[in-house]
Amino acid sequence: MSSVATSTTPAAAGRSGGLLARLGRINWGRKTVIGIPYVFLVLFFSLPFLVVLKISVSEPDGVGFKDLIDFTDGTLTLRLKLANYQFLGTDPLYLKTYVSSVMYAAGNALICLFIGYPFAYFMTRARPTMRPILVMLVSLPFWTSYLLRIYAWKGLLDDNGVVNNFLLWAHIIDTPVKMMYTSFSMMIGMVYTYLPFMILPLYGTLVKADPRLLEAAGDLGTTPWKAFWLITVPLSKAGIIAGTMLVFIPSVGEYVIPELLGGPQTLMIARILWNEYFQNVDWPMASAVAVIMVVLILLPLVLLNRYQNVEGRAEGAAARRGAAA
Amino acid sequence: MIGRVGKVWLWAGYAFLYIPILTLVVYSFNDSNLLSVWGGVSLRWYYALVADEQIQSAVWTSLKIAFFSASTAIILGTLAAFAISRYKRFAGRTTFLAHINAPLVVPEVITGLSLLLFFVACENFFGGASLRGMLAIWIGHTSICTAYATVVIQARLSEVDRSVEEAAMDLGCRPFQVFYLIILPSIVQSLASAWLLTFTISLDDVVSTQFLMMPGTTTLPVLIFARARLGLDPMINAVATITVILVGTGVAIASLLLVRQERLRAEAQAAAYREGVLAAQAG
Amino acid sequence: MAGTAAQVTPAAPPGTMGGSGDAQFLRVDRLTKRFGEVAAVDDVSIAIRKGEIFALLGSSGCGKSTLLRMLAGFETPTSGGIYLEGKEISALRPFERPINMMFQSYALFPHLTVWENVAFGLKRHGQPADRIKAQVGRMLGLVQLKPYAQRKPHQLSGGQQQRVALARSLALEPRLLLLDEPLGALDRKLRAQTQFELTSIIKSVGVTCVLVTHDQEEAMTMADRIAIMSAGSFVQVGAPREIYETPGSRFVADFIGTVNLFEGALVEDEPDHCVIETPVGRFYVSHGITGVKGQRMSVALRPEKIELSTTAPADTSSNCLQGRVVECAYFGATSLYRVLLADGSRLQVSVPNTERHGEVIKVGSDVFATCAADSLVVLVS
Repeated sequence: MSSVATSTTPAAAGRSGGLLARLGRINWGRKTVIGIPYVFLVLFFSLPFLVVLKISVSEPDGVGFKDLIDFTDGTLTLRLKLANYQFLGTDPLYLKTYVSSVMYAAGNALICLFIGYPFAYFMTRARPTMRPILVMLVSLPFWTSYLLRIYAWKGLLDDNGVVNNFLLWAHIIDTPVKMMYTSFSMMIGMVYTYLPFMILPLYGTLVKADPRLLEAAGDLGTTPWKAFWLITVPLSKAGIIAGTMLVFIPSVGEYVIPELLGGPQTLMIARILWNEYFQNVDWPMASAVAVIMVVLILLPLVLLNRYQNVEGRAEGAAARRGAAA
Repeated sequence: MIGRVGKVWLWAGYAFLYIPILTLVVYSFNDSNLLSVWGGVSLRWYYALVADEQIQSAVWTSLKIAFFSASTAIILGTLAAFAISRYKRFAGRTTFLAHINAPLVVPEVITGLSLLLFFVACENFFGGASLRGMLAIWIGHTSICTAYATVVIQARLSEVDRSVEEAAMDLGCRPFQVFYLIILPSIVQSLASAWLLTFTISLDDVVSTQFLMMPGTTTLPVLIFARARLGLDPMINAVATITVILVGTGVAIASLLLVRQERLRAEAQAAAYREGVLAAQAG
Repeated sequence: MAGTAAQVTPAAPPGTMGGSGDAQFLRVDRLTKRFGEVAAVDDVSIAIRKGEIFALLGSSGCGKSTLLRMLAGFETPTSGGIYLEGKEISALRPFERPINMMFQSYALFPHLTVWENVAFGLKRHGQPADRIKAQVGRMLGLVQLKPYAQRKPHQLSGGQQQRVALARSLALEPRLLLLDEPLGALDRKLRAQTQFELTSIIKSVGVTCVLVTHDQEEAMTMADRIAIMSAGSFVQVGAPREIYETPGSRFVADFIGTVNLFEGALVEDEPDHCVIETPVGRFYVSHGITGVKGQRMSVALRPEKIELSTTAPADTSSNCLQGRVVECAYFGATSLYRVLLADGSRLQVSVPNTERHGEVIKVGSDVFATCAADSLVVLVS
């Protein structure tokens, strides 16, 4: 189970022929360890997605779907109904929804970064004995059901809710302010839910920073403000990227928050998918929406992966050059 | 050390995080079912909760599913984490990694929909009974949970000193013995935290559960979601308060245990170091 | 053979093969390990005696660790064989070999006590409980850690952890003990003390031992024989004294300790002496060499074999260099002088400070550096 010498010897390798002998030499332990989770995920993750792909180009036929491949009278016909994709690609509402999902997600990530980075930074500046408590206080909302916490905002922002009641009681306003079912309420919900996901990785990176680097900078004549931007921030790049990805990517496909706190103006792609399936019972359309969503998400991920690989390779090459010198 | 700006920022941040939770708790004791009216402190919503059979069975179902999902997820997650950190080269490693990480990235509406369509296709193809319901939900949750479990366990596994494994083999351990005698005890803590994490995720899951469930069985979050869509319901506040108390206690205990463990370890190491120095001076 | 150490054959250094039984307790035969195109261990052959402490010495990347790991079973050889007491073992997995290793990081099992760590191997081999108890007790007594038996590794100091690691690797009474940089993790003061302790324990147990190190002092003080490795092959194999006083090549002369090397040409070659003419002076060496007149050669001279004097010696024709002292570093027990010679090179001279208030040669003085004829070693490669 470790990458240790296999049971093949240099002398005997490849010489004994029989199938049984060859079977005996395969590292079964290794294959099982990789195999079990692999098979599970292929079966229950990839295969289902292929089904989605297939249904997205299928023609409904009563309860089921017409076959894609048809072999009659010696002719092989492949029938792919691309009408759904055509529609999604040209319909202004769908295009607008895709764009708006990404915009909301990006906005969420930026706000979380803007609030979360200083938050994490100040956490690291606290006394070492205080820090575990501060981390615990951020973790608590993280572990509490997000559904319940979103529901709390319903109570707060409702026309008859806590905020309005307070403002009325304090005579700051005369009639309730409409805050629910707007972009505002949805964004508050998004930021509220995802803030811990930004703070915790940022804290993890910032707390590992070497304070001596800042001391050296000060020694060389840098003001604390400049040192922050020239040293602290660039070194926390990994944490920033991790936090941003952790917030942005799930936000694009978020369903519950737009549904509970958003309104007809807040177009999010996940709601469209949900409605296509549950309300319109249009499985092919829902599937097509799903496929395009996946493509939209995969593309930035592949780019991010490539960026990380390039960075990793560059760092590796530099390290090797240093070691050889 | 924090500074004035820092203190304000932290206080404001924590207030933002906690005020909604506090309002939930406070209003769970409100005798009136309207937010605009404070009817006095009462436990009527908690009594209603205890009497509500639908919620009871939903809670029970959720706990069952969460338990099995979490347990399956850490088994699969350990295997996957092992494969990733120990086997640096094998055919299809990139695809394997993609499969492991995908549930973290793909929105739940998609995983829910695809699994559902897959089960329906299986039903049609094999002509069997409906696969929806508890089994389907369990499988759906496990896929998502395995991804999280793998991340947590793999982080710990990559820290384990490889030479300890080699030492075990050197002393006569066969590969599988190395795993359960040496590696497993080292990663036990991360297994526990992975289990808790996946348990929470499963317990909390709304979207894919909704796709995969059968009418008749429902889980707690799905129930809450349905009621929340209709309007404000103080019984949800009661559920929330109980949840917050349970989770809060759990997190507090876990944090205290961790801090204490760290402190004991540091003290032991310091004591050993001092002894070593004294011994060197004497001898 | 002593004195003609300049002739080093690449395939099998002298004194490595031949003999039988105890002399070939561990035999490595043309062992090679390739990683892709690169040969980390390149066609290595050696015979190690029973009860010997054998050191593999070299800088990082020379292949010593790979060779050790092949002996332990953690790497499979690309070609060649390993024979322990006549039996070919390169096909055996690590847990099947009667070989135990002490790791550089000690690799103690963190969740087990000292007692359980030492007992671990015995339990895996199915030893009866009373035997285990007796053996663990013996081992802990050997390393003087009996009172610490119930502690966990993180409750021990570095030196104590090392002793546990040693006890653990000796508990199974292996036929061969492998040590991977045994003193690498210890601080300086502890290192000197531990060197002697470790060697005496190993000798008292009588186990054959192969150790890997990059530290010359460690190899010289602990080993019966040293193999200097570079780029996957053995450059020279011999007892510490032999390697230091009779290096076989410039590489070895330069690798071990400090040395002064002079390039010159062979002008006289007799059975009992030879003379090398160099730009800084003429060297009369008290052993013969196999070579051609005019052949380029090097002469090696260790710093401690040189005498410095401000007055000229009786015979300045050979083995006498003139120069000016440009540097003096005082080390307490010795002083290290650097003397600028005629061709601009610096001669390193190590002088013991035998008198408290003795005559001191000052920086800037003109000096004569002399040495005995048998202090010089001629190197052809």
